[in-house]
Amino acid sequence: MADIVFWFIAAFTIISALFVVLNNQLLYSAVALLFTLFGVASLYVFLWADFIAGVQLLVYIGGILVLIIFGIMLTNRISSVRLSQTNVQQGIGGVVSFWLLIFLTLVITKTPWLQKEAVEPVTTVNDIGVLLLTKYLLPFEAVSLLLLGALIGAAILSREAT
Amino acid sequence: MDHLNNYLFISSVLFSLGVFGVMTRRNGIAVLMGVELILNAANINFVAFSRFGGMNLDGHIFSLFVIVLAAAEAAVALAIVINIYNNLNTINIDDASELRN
Repeated sequence: MADIVFWFIAAFTIISALFVVLNNQLLYSAVALLFTLFGVASLYVFLWADFIAGVQLLVYIGGILVLIIFGIMLTNRISSVRLSQTNVQQGIGGVVSFWLLIFLTLVITKTPWLQKEAVEPVTTVNDIGVLLLTKYLLPFEAVSLLLLGALIGAAILSREAT
Repeated sequence: MDHLNNYLFISSVLFSLGVFGVMTRRNGIAVLMGVELILNAANINFVAFSRFGGMNLDGHIFSLFVIVLAAAEAAVALAIVINIYNNLNTINIDDASELRN
């Protein structure tokens, strides 16, 4: 049963990712990106990463996707022009990314990955919190500074020129 | 569902699709969507290796940082795209070539 659900989610994620890159309607692409991100969050649940799945839902779908849709709305005249765009050089792009996929698949199947058995933890939130405030305290603070910088930078960039 | 290779394969498909999007799309926001796909593929790899390497949580921390960086990148990139739109009245990234000559 879990296997069927897993393969269903995998197919769902990949098909909606195909829609993201192939659809000519930009807004439809954004909605397909929502389903892709949701599928990735479900994969995290299969990988016992409950906290990361929650963060994926909150930050990606609740934040980044809304930002992207805002961007689409602000940069297209919705009343006059269709929210569409065209792809260029699809042939050569398709060939390159197909060979990239073949190469990656070969690497994945040929490499003897080192694996270790593990038991499923009840929750990962405790351990992630402890790690963030002990071993990874400096990167944690650095990333908060970076977010502040990005916030101020984005505000200044998108302000009306005076 | 209990094999590392399945997750790695899904992530490599997402990565290739993201690269395809970045290469072929000419709309700035659509290129940004391709970048998001690539970042998600990397994140799946981090979490999968963490799960199959003995539930080592360092991978989770790393993917958290990747998510935060993606949020910052999306905010700045959209500010830039909106600026380009205000100045050039297009967001076709091939037209934004003022610095070339």
